[in-house]
Amino acid sequence: MHEASVTEALVKLALEEALSRDALRVTAIGLVVGETTGYMGESLEFYFRNFSKGTILEGASLNIAYVKPKIKCPNCSLVFERKKFTFECPACGTPGEMTGIGNEFYIDTMDIETGER
Amino acid sequence: MNERISVKRAVYEENDRRAAVLHQGFAAKDVFVVNILGGPGAGKTSSLKQIIARLKGRPVSVIEGDIASDIDTQALRALGIDAYQIETGGDCHLNAPMMEAIVARMDIKPGSWLFIENIGNLVCPAEFVIGEDIKLLVSSTAEGADKPYKYPAAFQRAAAVILTKKDIAPYVHFDEAYFRAGVRALNPSAPVFLVDALSGDGFDEVASWLSGLRT
Ligand SMILES: Nc1nc2c(ncn2[C@@H]2O[C@H](COP(=O)(O)OP(=O)(O)O)[C@@H](O)[C@H]2O)c(=O)[nH]1
Ligand SMILES: [Mg+2]
Ligand SMILES: [Zn+2]
Repeated sequence: MHEASVTEALVKLALEEALSRDALRVTAIGLVVGETTGYMGESLEFYFRNFSKGTILEGASLNIAYVKPKIKCPNCSLVFERKKFTFECPACGTPGEMTGIGNEFYIDTMDIETGER
Repeated sequence: MNERISVKRAVYEENDRRAAVLHQGFAAKDVFVVNILGGPGAGKTSSLKQIIARLKGRPVSVIEGDIASDIDTQALRALGIDAYQIETGGDCHLNAPMMEAIVARMDIKPGSWLFIENIGNLVCPAEFVIGEDIKLLVSSTAEGADKPYKYPAAFQRAAAVILTKKDIAPYVHFDEAYFRAGVRALNPSAPVFLVDALSGDGFDEVASWLSGLRT
């Protein structure tokens, strides 16, 4: 359910961008989703199919690139991928700190068709 | 012609922009805005009552977000608190447009506190700014010590964590050290206040920490 309104915002942003580029149709959207958001790809796709109906986004594929959260160890500076239920550094055991990598939620690219109808 | 264009635009862009305008409006009136996040039943409303009872000297207003009921709003009004209701009608978080609509029909006093109880969930309320100065995260011992590990985004963005249901912690085998280690990793500077929102135990510290933010 969390994905519904963010997908609405996604569709709105993609339409705005497509119109500003004089696109006639959008065939693909490259979306970057950091895993700390907790958003599920299946749900994003489901709502995208619904909210894009009847727009120039209809039928576009939603290509999601997931970003694993990265943690940095304040002791030995190791940057490591987050494992479930722990933030500890695999090298020295010190509790790591989040780097901000893994918080993404943005449209990276769009494949558009322009020109004569 | 087919082409791939580079976009690089955040999905929250419009919300962020409108929230920034809201925040400017609040700041201009010296209104300090606290966005309260937490799962359903975590103790958001109970904590709010305890906090408000301890904040002296400045007017307070409250916005209650709820999917479809105004029970909490009624309860706060019964205590003489200036409370307003946003019913989202299904949306699982508040957003800047909802805030614009309610703020337009409120009389927010200069210099006041504005507390906003967000919809009970830890996923998307973390992602939508609504003009707040800080987010306050309410988590209860009853929900378990693994919450920071399961909902990192919410814990990362909180200025402080209010850990409620101290009184029942022994009965639910709450592992406080594990909880605190998770908060520390996500958010090294956020204080964790262990409280009992029924008796009010621990809220003097919360209130003085909050007051300290605006002197
Ligand atoms: N024992 C105990 N119960 C609490 C505490 N805080 C809240 N509750 C109870 O938990 C339930 C949910 O609290 P409420 O404040 O409505 O949670 P909200 O949904 O987050 O607003 C209510 O029955 C409260 O009385 C606490 O610190 N200790
Ligand atoms: Mg409540
Ligand atoms: Zn290390």
